[in-house]
Amino acid sequence: MTSSKKTISQSIWDFFCSLKLTMFTLITLAVISIIGTVIPQGTPPPEYLHTISQNKLKLYKSLGFFDMYHSWWFILLLSLLSLNLIACSVKRLPAICKTITRPVRVMDDGLERSISNLTSIMTSGDAATLKDRVAAVLKAEFAEPVVTETDGAYHLFAQTAPWSRLAVYAVHLSVLVIFIGAIIGSLFGYKGFVNIPEGESVGKVMSRSEKEIDLGFAVRCEKFSVSHYPNGAPKEFKSILTVLENGRPVAGYDRVPVIVNDPLNYKGITFYQSSYGKYGEHEFTVSDPDGSNPQPLKMQSNGSAKLPDGSGICLQETTPDISRFQSGLNGPAAQVEVHLANGENKTFIVYSNNPAMNRMNLPYTGGKLLQYRGGEEFMYTGLQVAKDPGVWVVWVGCILMVVGIYVAFFMAHRRIWVRVENGTVTIGGNSSKNQGGFQLFMEQLMTKLKKQLPLEDNK
Amino acid sequence: MTSSSLFNITTFAYLLSMLGFFAFAVSRSKVLGTAASALAYGGLLAQTVAIGLRWKESYALGIGHAPLSNLYESVVFFSWTIVLIYGLLDLKYRYRVIGAFVMPFALLGMAWGQLSLDSGIQPLVPALQSNWLTYHVITCFLGYAAFAVACGISIMYLIRAKHEKSTPDNEQSIVATFPAGRVLDDLNYKSIMIGFPLLTLGIVTGAAWANYAWGTYWSWDPKETWSLIVWFVYAAFLHARITRGWAGQRAAWLSIIGFAATIFCYLGVNLLLSGLHSYGG
Ligand code: HEM
Repeated sequence: MTSSKKTISQSIWDFFCSLKLTMFTLITLAVISIIGTVIPQGTPPPEYLHTISQNKLKLYKSLGFFDMYHSWWFILLLSLLSLNLIACSVKRLPAICKTITRPVRVMDDGLERSISNLTSIMTSGDAATLKDRVAAVLKAEFAEPVVTETDGAYHLFAQTAPWSRLAVYAVHLSVLVIFIGAIIGSLFGYKGFVNIPEGESVGKVMSRSEKEIDLGFAVRCEKFSVSHYPNGAPKEFKSILTVLENGRPVAGYDRVPVIVNDPLNYKGITFYQSSYGKYGEHEFTVSDPDGSNPQPLKMQSNGSAKLPDGSGICLQETTPDISRFQSGLNGPAAQVEVHLANGENKTFIVYSNNPAMNRMNLPYTGGKLLQYRGGEEFMYTGLQVAKDPGVWVVWVGCILMVVGIYVAFFMAHRRIWVRVENGTVTIGGNSSKNQGGFQLFMEQLMTKLKKQLPLEDNK
Repeated sequence: MTSSSLFNITTFAYLLSMLGFFAFAVSRSKVLGTAASALAYGGLLAQTVAIGLRWKESYALGIGHAPLSNLYESVVFFSWTIVLIYGLLDLKYRYRVIGAFVMPFALLGMAWGQLSLDSGIQPLVPALQSNWLTYHVITCFLGYAAFAVACGISIMYLIRAKHEKSTPDNEQSIVATFPAGRVLDDLNYKSIMIGFPLLTLGIVTGAAWANYAWGTYWSWDPKETWSLIVWFVYAAFLHARITRGWAGQRAAWLSIIGFAATIFCYLGVNLLLSGLHSYGG
């Protein structure tokens, strides 16, 4: 049978075993991964959508470009990579295992011809004595040899780190292990988000896919705080969290500080400091300049409202006591921004017990007097919530990969064969890596060996 | 002596070293080669001390952290790792002229940092307050540096290959001082053999940090994705050696493309794309 008449199953097998496929998959993965770094992933922001045409949007959507790393064609490529990896290993592993478990211990003619590091030493003395001397040198300088006796000749075989041949397969296996870990995580884990106001607790979080997830316990935010460096840059975001089971704090999880880079983990669910904000409601009154006809106006923290003349007003900042910022004044105050009819924005401060100062803002508030009545404000903490039972599998894969790559690159399977006959010692060896280094080693070994052997001619 | 004046001395030493290597390639004068190497090693020493001083200075300011926290510090560190990896190869294999193709990368980094980046020591924002930052940055940049060296060697390989085709046996040309193609090919592989495990470790430490700080070891943010792209290219390079037909010139091109992707991963992502890694910002 000629190779052109291969069966179909054989061609498929060869296809999956080929290293050309490996090159193709690796390079294709590298190139198409670029798409997702240029096109925003997830829900594309409106600013981006304005920059592309409707047709393009439809095309991108149907090709899955907005979630390309989970699209069928990306998964297909990863599957191709995995199949290629498995097929290559299945094809090559048996021979490698045989090399390791059943090494060729006798250097025959075929092997002798294939070895590049080959030396013959002419010597005197009987084979048995020579064998012992060579064995001693190999043991001291390399590894303990195994001796086989055939036709009056002794064959010595010694090797180091035969298992290092498996390292490449460990690396390949690690890729699959990481994939498995990722699949476990996506099937049995979730990523979610929750905002908890200070003093309140929650037992449910919202997942990224907008599903409500019951935690099975509750988390209370005792306090949230931000501290700053002297130059004003934020230094630390800190939530104090308590885990509650049946409404009662769990020992060891009472008032735990959680900061960025130091999360809280309970029952496999982890809470990460992610964002924060203010919750609260503030009361204002809008009245005639002399204070008559007061109408209440309510605004949320960082919220907005409409003044009677229709212009918009936003609440920026409040304080229960202005004296900290402006000496000579006291009581609660609020900083607001008004969007004037002429398109300008005006920012000013509204006081609760200083109508005279408030009257200076009449031009911006449509001739009405705006006064702050006070309000209550709480911080809330924004926590990222994640559960990923596959993450340990991923770490095992990563460790396997790093160790595997190190061994694959920097350790070598070295083998040395020696044939001892009456009068001649023939030595050959090879190495799975770093031929240059091995050649040097062999030269040094020869020098040492020659010192131990009764040489025929002491050249 | 402050760290900043030592960084200036470093930049100057790298400039002279690069010019020395160029002169060495042209003149083949052993003295020039030795001088260029000495300047590179001297610069490396000055830079090492400078980085240590900057670290100490940050503690004196009360905001102590490893000097690996912004674009200026990273580009200085990148330069340092490039000369370090070059030095290791030089000590082991002694092909001096490679310096002519490697020192320009180191000089470019230092010159850019010293001339146009903000070199002030800033406090660490909360997102970077983690020991993982140090492990992650050191491993990544050592990997990048090995790829820079491999790229320089690949450029030499391609010049040599082109030259051998057009004018074989021209003993007078500069190219004749280059190591043989086979040697360059091997050195290219050896540098990537240093870089690939380090990049792998860099990606793994990054994933470990992301998992610790955000709860996801991988979120396909542009920086992560680009590091994976770089990783794919070098994985392809490693397999190229096993596949006949992909060695030599194609492998050299893969190494150059890999370094271009590395630079995009390091700088392009921050300057052109948006994402979670506001690092170089
Ligand atoms: C498409 C899937 C892949 C296939 C089919 C494949 C196949 C192979 C084969 C046949 C070898 C040579 C083994 C030998 O020398 O006996 C090899 C080496 C190697 N592979 Fe892969 N591989 C794949 C993907 C990967 C990936 C994703 C990595 C990432 C780390 C990787 C890392 C390595 C390493 C480090 C070596 C050793 C290279 C060297 O010694 O220079 N492989 N691969």
